[in-house]
Amino acid sequence: MANHAPSFTTPGGEPVFMMTDKDHHPENGTSLGFWIYLMSDCLIFASLFATYAVLGKSYAAGPAPKDLFDLELVAVNTAMLLFSSITYGFAMLEAYKKNVGRTIIWLGITGLFGASFIGIELYEFHHLIAEGAGPQRSAFLSAFFALVGTHGLHVTVGLIWLVTLMVQVGKNGVGPANMRRLSCLSMFWHFLDVIWIGVFSFVYLMGVIG
Amino acid sequence: MSSIPETTTFLFGRLSLDSLPLHEPVVVATFCGVALGGIVLVAALTYFRLWGYLWNEWFTSIDHKKIGIMYIILAIIMLFRGFADAVMMRIQQVWASTGAEGYLNSHHYDQVYTAHGVIMIFFVAMPLVTGLMNFVVPLQIGARDVAFPFLNNFSFWMTAGGVVLTMISLFVGEFARTGWLAYPPLSGIEYSPGVGVDYYIWGLQVAGVGTLLSGVNLLVTIVKMRAPGMTLMKMPVFTWTALCTNILIVAVFPVLTATLALLALDRYAGTNFFTSDLGGNPMMYVNLIWIWGHPEVYILILPAFGVFSEIVATFSRKRLFGYVTMVWATAVITLLSYLVWLHHFFTMGSGASVNTFFGITTMIISVPTGVKIFNWLFTMYKGRIKFDVPMLWTMGFLITFTIGGMTGVLMSVPPADFVLHNSLFLIAHFHNVIIGGVVFGMLAGIVYWFPKAFGYRLDPFWGKMSFWFWFIGFYFAFMPLYVLGLMGVTRRLSQFEADSTLTVLFGVAAFGVVLIAIGIGCFVLQLIVSYLKRDQLRDETGDPWNGRTLEWSTSSPPPDYNFAFTPVVHDLDAWWDMKTRGYKRPLAGFRPIHMPKNTGAGIILAGLSTACAFGLIWHMWWLAIGGLAATIAAAIVHTFNYNRDYYIPAETVASTEEARTEALAKQA
Repeated sequence: MANHAPSFTTPGGEPVFMMTDKDHHPENGTSLGFWIYLMSDCLIFASLFATYAVLGKSYAAGPAPKDLFDLELVAVNTAMLLFSSITYGFAMLEAYKKNVGRTIIWLGITGLFGASFIGIELYEFHHLIAEGAGPQRSAFLSAFFALVGTHGLHVTVGLIWLVTLMVQVGKNGVGPANMRRLSCLSMFWHFLDVIWIGVFSFVYLMGVIG
Repeated sequence: MSSIPETTTFLFGRLSLDSLPLHEPVVVATFCGVALGGIVLVAALTYFRLWGYLWNEWFTSIDHKKIGIMYIILAIIMLFRGFADAVMMRIQQVWASTGAEGYLNSHHYDQVYTAHGVIMIFFVAMPLVTGLMNFVVPLQIGARDVAFPFLNNFSFWMTAGGVVLTMISLFVGEFARTGWLAYPPLSGIEYSPGVGVDYYIWGLQVAGVGTLLSGVNLLVTIVKMRAPGMTLMKMPVFTWTALCTNILIVAVFPVLTATLALLALDRYAGTNFFTSDLGGNPMMYVNLIWIWGHPEVYILILPAFGVFSEIVATFSRKRLFGYVTMVWATAVITLLSYLVWLHHFFTMGSGASVNTFFGITTMIISVPTGVKIFNWLFTMYKGRIKFDVPMLWTMGFLITFTIGGMTGVLMSVPPADFVLHNSLFLIAHFHNVIIGGVVFGMLAGIVYWFPKAFGYRLDPFWGKMSFWFWFIGFYFAFMPLYVLGLMGVTRRLSQFEADSTLTVLFGVAAFGVVLIAIGIGCFVLQLIVSYLKRDQLRDETGDPWNGRTLEWSTSSPPPDYNFAFTPVVHDLDAWWDMKTRGYKRPLAGFRPIHMPKNTGAGIILAGLSTACAFGLIWHMWWLAIGGLAATIAAAIVHTFNYNRDYYIPAETVASTEEARTEALAKQA
């Protein structure tokens, strides 16, 4: 093997087999690991989207999307989630500036938007179930509740995580460990936004308009 | 139980004294045996004061080597259980083929074959593969641990949680009676109202979390933590196959999670995904489960291919033939494994075009597999082959797996499959590839890397006995099944009309099972004899086979930190390169080494999740909700611990390395 990289040989041309001069620090894998986890989570959603695609027209003589979905309410809900993504971005900007107080405030605002999203979603679910359009009514509704509910469950987990991180940032500031955690939650939060765009277009818009 | 108690209580949910299978003498006898063994084990551990040692050195360990070993021990224990199920089935079939009823009623028999499949795939093959990857990969790439050591411990305990739930089902309640993939509508609430399917669902969900996380973990480890100089095309083949396997794990286990969650919703919340009512579609379950299920078989076989690649090069004392094609074949198999799932149900009626597509993709997979077979053969060609036990397993594999592969190609032709579908021909085929491929591969890997893990070789005599009994036993046990399948015997049958031909063929198969049982016995004897003769079998060099890859450069067993200094890789066979170019071990200049601390968080979190799952199975809602809340709370508490690492002092490293220097000098 003639094409050794220069650093792999001593000045005298002898091969170096052990790094005795300095420590080898592998790059931090947390971001990559979290990305891979998110992609696997994305596949859970892919399965649920596929399920919805297969069952989405199996109304079993029950209500169809047109009869059920209130696009205005869903638009408000979508706005809540999109705003929360922007405010999370502001929190990250403050965290990079090492401004603990403002980071926590923006995280809090993000949490409020997220909580309103969950609140509106629960209201919608409650309304549907009260109308007799619960998840048991038809395969379409089963698939709808599974897909939207799984997204909502993720947002709820995100909220628990967010509150935990607010406490931890308040306690320990924005050191490397907390920055890593903040950026993981950031990826998670924006990821849920992307999924929601899919839900909104594929389930709600196409359901009512298509 | 066939008689499901209608009443539920707050404290115990559906669980009552009636749930205990006291009227099944076979189960009661087994329980007595297990309970007795368990009491003896617990007493022995207490008497020898080993609990603290186990807790501190093993259960809470985040050392990838120890976690790998724990996975393999778990798998070997479960192999006994899965094999016992196989023996029971075979005895019943021989007996029943005479026209008698046999000794297992169908309620029990159906649980036995379901448990056999579930245990062998999820709790034997998977932990063997994961365990071996855990142990070997960081050593092969010159790393000190995996990327997320705590997660690794947690993953192991989640797998163990799945095992615990499955084992509990033997004595408390029942297991699923649906076959190992639990197709609805049979697995729906209407036809399986008992706890069996719930044990199945939650056992696999708990274990599935562990599998997925360990996939993420090893993936990041391989991508990020390779020693300097180890470019992708200088990675050992086993690490390559581990990389591809973990890509598959991350890409398909979420589908299993989603599918089982939907089945659970159907059973718990009355939804209509897979019911035959209100628009539900059972066929969608079959599609979804095989979108996971087919890649799953490649998850199992690829690391076995990796093991054989390492062994064949080492024992032929030659560089592996066709490294680049080996890597590409692995990658192509990874990709194609997503495009063949429908061949598991050609008979569903998807139409000629769809069946043709999946038939052809299935046939195409045999091309890269064939490339691999020829690479191994050409590596052996003109090699100076040493017929050690790992090499015997490899040659047994080459023959057996090729036969299994050919019967697979036969069934990839849809019209042929219409005849063979669900027959014992299929059973013979997949045992042909799973035993001949995965089991032989993992046993080969255990024998090959055992000296690395424990510092002494396994006794070759009992290893050879084990191989030959397994190998010959396999042919006796499964060749008759091909014939039976062609005669039209379908799988999962416990009752037959009297037919002496069936009796003869099942009898031959049962004889094969006896031979395999002796093979397993020899394997256990091999472990015991080797432990007793460990001083004679000891290997001080750390390189007993004259190996080629980096794991053989360390002492056996390797120190906690694996490598005092990070190796620099120049060549594909890095250790071989070091040996041939006069590498000298550095003897001074050691620095403190940064390592993660042990933690009990993994076992606690997994224990709470398992309790939650038990609550869900038995409708003990307080336990389910409490378990879930406790799991979340414990996870949050764990994140408040920022103090997770420590330094091994330079003096400790120096004295460890000094001991190694002395051992090596004594050897020379």
